Amino acid sequence: MQNKASWDWEPGSRVIADTRDCSGGAEWIEEPYVSPDGERVAAVACVGEAQFTLCANGQPWENVFDKIWYPRFSPDGRLTAIVQSDGEWTLAVDDAPWEQTFAYLWGTRFSRDGSIIAASIQQDGEYGLAVDGEPWEGLFENATDFALSDDGSAGAASVQVKSLGQADIATFQQGVYSIAVNGEAWDAVFVNAWNPSFDAAGKRVAAALRHSLYEYGVAVDGVPWKSRFGSVWEPVFNPATGEVNAPGRVQGKWGLAVDDQMAWPARYAQLWHVAFTPDGKTTAAIVAPEFGSFTVAVNDRPWEATFPVVTDLALAKNGRAACLGSDCNKNFAICVDGRTWSGRYDMAWTPVFSDDGANVAVLVEKQGKRTVVLNDKVYREWFDTAFPPVFSPDGGKVLIRGISGGKFMRIVVTPDAFHA
Amino acid sequence: MGIEQRRIDDAGLARGMAALTPEKIAKTFQALIAGECGARLRTYVETCMRCGMCGPACHYFLSHDGDPSYAPVGKVSETMWKLLKADGKVDPRVIGDCAQIAYTECNLCRRCMHYCPLGIDTAYIISVVRRLCHKLGVTPMYIQDTAHSHSATLNQMWVKDDEWTDSLQWQEDEARSEFPDLRIPLEMEGADFMYSVIAPEPKFRTQLIYQAAAIFHTAGCNWTMPGTPGWDNSNMAMFSGDAEIMGRVERYHFETAQRLRVKRIVMGECGHAFRAVYDVGNRWLGWKMHPVPVVHSIEFFWELLDQGKIRMASKYPGPVTIHDPCNVIRGRGLMDKLREVVNHICDGVVEMSPNREHNLCCCAGGGVINCGPPFKNVRIVGNKAKADQLKATGVQTCIAPCHNCHGGLEDIIHHYKLGMKLKFLGDIIYEHMEKPGAV
Repeated sequence: MQNKASWDWEPGSRVIADTRDCSGGAEWIEEPYVSPDGERVAAVACVGEAQFTLCANGQPWENVFDKIWYPRFSPDGRLTAIVQSDGEWTLAVDDAPWEQTFAYLWGTRFSRDGSIIAASIQQDGEYGLAVDGEPWEGLFENATDFALSDDGSAGAASVQVKSLGQADIATFQQGVYSIAVNGEAWDAVFVNAWNPSFDAAGKRVAAALRHSLYEYGVAVDGVPWKSRFGSVWEPVFNPATGEVNAPGRVQGKWGLAVDDQMAWPARYAQLWHVAFTPDGKTTAAIVAPEFGSFTVAVNDRPWEATFPVVTDLALAKNGRAACLGSDCNKNFAICVDGRTWSGRYDMAWTPVFSDDGANVAVLVEKQGKRTVVLNDKVYREWFDTAFPPVFSPDGGKVLIRGISGGKFMRIVVTPDAFHA
Repeated sequence: MGIEQRRIDDAGLARGMAALTPEKIAKTFQALIAGECGARLRTYVETCMRCGMCGPACHYFLSHDGDPSYAPVGKVSETMWKLLKADGKVDPRVIGDCAQIAYTECNLCRRCMHYCPLGIDTAYIISVVRRLCHKLGVTPMYIQDTAHSHSATLNQMWVKDDEWTDSLQWQEDEARSEFPDLRIPLEMEGADFMYSVIAPEPKFRTQLIYQAAAIFHTAGCNWTMPGTPGWDNSNMAMFSGDAEIMGRVERYHFETAQRLRVKRIVMGECGHAFRAVYDVGNRWLGWKMHPVPVVHSIEFFWELLDQGKIRMASKYPGPVTIHDPCNVIRGRGLMDKLREVVNHICDGVVEMSPNREHNLCCCAGGGVINCGPPFKNVRIVGNKAKADQLKATGVQTCIAPCHNCHGGLEDIIHHYKLGMKLKFLGDIIYEHMEKPGAV
């Protein structure tokens, strides 16, 4: 991950590049992506019939490919894209394609610090993960739900370990799915195995299961819990305690199970998107205390503020929580610690906390223009497009990354640039 | 003729029945009634006057010369009433019969609801029967396989993750020979809408993706398609009775749209998918309405034409007739917009009779066509009434903006030798629109 302290935090605005420029003479340029530090803007550029490259700050890559998609900056600032030449796919990182190519490649993933890059691959009809260009030794008939540990040291996926005939419902119900970690499947097979998730150290893996068409559960490192549920959502590890948390449905209501015991009684019409603070002391989730009414529950205590839809739960290190509430994808509100901000927007992105948890900033959109809201105060300038805000390490400044009239601007502001 | 005279061999039903015991049936039924059924079922059961007015509403009843065993009330009598009367204490053969009736002799089309003096929703009752059959493992093999596919891949046709995006990129390549700068934007955050389709499109109807991309490109739409599972809006688990997998599919669909920060989801020409997304799956997940607005292609094409974003260079030579898909007409009320679109793009319309919310079902929907070859003839014989209706229009082309309807109507057009062509709206718009960007 880039060291945020080394970024330019001097208040002011700089035009980084004109996104319309590409010295290669592009026929068209696709939607822009920006680096975490706001120093680079990149887009796929078509430079001829079936000829594509990436253009960053107006400079095209030297390599030209038959196809490019999914350009993304890694957390450490490297520019990646999925590329195809002569029918073979691979990942290009800062203009350098991985040596090994595949029949298909997709789903780029990064370790938390960006030092490790992985992608899902298919080769000769077999599926797995490639990490920094090296595919798993063991590939599978099918693989989905790929995951990479925070430190990038391990990858996992839901994998099919037995073949199925046409409409082979009997074999399916005996179980043909498992979880593979670094290319090696668990011994146990299940009717379904979904959503593998790593612990903080990247050593343990939990997954959601279907034991039969009717019994759902959770397994940790291949060992199923004793508990059975009417349904489950994805399990996650508490980063401090290592406990596995999973929403489970019991007699039509959802609760939160922790290490095979129901910790939050099943009383919710819905419960999902479980999140933790790094110290593990605060557990939060999006919940529906009753049908049609959603909010956030922190340590099993729901906020009073409710919305028809709640998304984008975010937790600060100090335990503060924020989410988006909307009226079915309209009139987006930002709700922080149960208090709803005054502004309403046509669209909003995941709230971002400063490291100390004191400030919250959110990218919002209204009437086709985007800007950043800080603690319910709106930045004065609205952009044609913009990207989620970033706080300085001390939380006292906000990096705004926006594009207007084709010009990508990197703006560092203090809180006084925002107004109610 | 009762169900016992028309039993059909199906490996899924046979396998399921063989594993049942009367005790398991009773226990499962009693738990279902106590745990999942409330006032709605009781009200329907207690208020039905047995008047039989639902009979002529059903295409199976009409197609079998008024055989009362095909009347909605007859089917309820042979299933839910029989189960309630016995408190679930029935033998496995009864469950097999219930399954055959519920999965293959009722399309859940809700036409009979319009003819019932009390508005009883027979489709709901039959859905509860299907839920029971699912819980007992007595489901037709092919629809069960489809539900399995939904659980493993989040789409109904075992389409693997790479096959999805590869198909889109292939269609983008194909379309660029006609529109050199056309894109099928993948994973583009903040687009106006996410376009979602059903799995048969990437599997074997890829030209529909091409056509949609050409229309959106010509209209200057700001759109995207997801590069991840969650792209398939269909949901046969809803019809197999597997509510849990239904919910899982719909969660991914909506959360994919939410992740992409689109304003709405535009759906291809499919009816049952609209029902799953707009009405059923969303509510099982706890939302009162859809968390992201969903717009069926009928409505979206209407917008594009109304706003002049698409202009027709010519009209499709008519006259044509219009098939009203149950789930977007009775379920959403798009009958006027459908007619406005068809009249705009076609040269003359001959209406079927009856039509609009009283139109007869295609007999494929409700998961019936997904029960596969063993029941194909049930659909075809069971929809002679639709064939008669089509024939009476005297036209050569039928427009049906629904995948399942195409499947069902193709079979009866072929079987009854109607000699008609079937079209999606997108077929005609693509073929006859002005294409200023085309080479």
